[in-house]
Amino acid sequence: MPTTKSLYGRRLPGYAIATAIVLTASIALAFFYAPIEVDQGFSQKIFYIHVPLAIVTLGGFVFGGIFGIQYLRSGDTRHDLRSYTAIHQGLIFCIGALITGSIWAKAAWGQWWVWDEPTLVSFLIVFLLYCTYQPLRFSIEDPERQARYAAVFAVVAGVFVPVNFIAVRLASPLIHPRVLGSSGGSLPNDMRIAFYSALLGITLLFITICKYEMASKHSRAQLAALRRSLSEEDDEPAAIRTAAPRIAIK
Amino acid sequence: MTDTLPPNTGYVAAAYLVFLLILLIYFVIMAIRTARVERELAELLTKVERRSPSDSAAETSSQ
Repeated sequence: MPTTKSLYGRRLPGYAIATAIVLTASIALAFFYAPIEVDQGFSQKIFYIHVPLAIVTLGGFVFGGIFGIQYLRSGDTRHDLRSYTAIHQGLIFCIGALITGSIWAKAAWGQWWVWDEPTLVSFLIVFLLYCTYQPLRFSIEDPERQARYAAVFAVVAGVFVPVNFIAVRLASPLIHPRVLGSSGGSLPNDMRIAFYSALLGITLLFITICKYEMASKHSRAQLAALRRSLSEEDDEPAAIRTAAPRIAIK
Repeated sequence: MTDTLPPNTGYVAAAYLVFLLILLIYFVIMAIRTARVERELAELLTKVERRSPSDSAAETSSQ
């Protein structure tokens, strides 16, 4: 019979509560504590959602790569699940960052997208790169090979993310601000507090959703194992082809 | 927009609504999946309940 151990949902309620509190507080800080920026006016408030989304997205992709390394070293499918979830959630957050960024661009620059801007285009390239992750997994039927190839992808793409980020920082910006850089737009203290609390809130949201997703996938794997153990014919049903990792239930 | 609202309020509201919408879509998808798990669990429970009388009869006869 499958084990009844809860591997991923253990601290989920705590994370969910912390996320709700910090995210609500950060939005309140952004609108009621942080001052209205002189140049951009009220539209600068988008900064408190757009930039944390972008940072957490890139962090998620890097962590996907780190879990990929751990999977390649140990062969433990739990690391494959963590890598898959970090990249999957990273993609969802990436869509959020792209859309909110586009809205901010329209409000601040009068254009939805600026193709000459390295920051924007490089972020789009990273997004398109990670869009190929799910089809890659889906194209491989054998679960072990699927996990191995996906881990290699996660590692290579995960290395590309910081390299790409550094390259963009070195490039001369056209109009996209360098908010946290040593030169140029360093934030005033009240804006900084609102920004870091938003970053913490979005990071907690990312962790909560990742844990929720993994707990959900683990539950379904446990259910499938239970179904198999109760099956009268005792023959395993043909495995459905999926991009999601197979979780071993002992 | 009314005169009391600062300019570009619409864009700010749109950005935050997009964030909320993405979260809502995600939770709807997860809710559908959770409902499916619940349904499958109920099916399995029915299966176990159906099997139980015959299993207990078999155990009795073997004793």
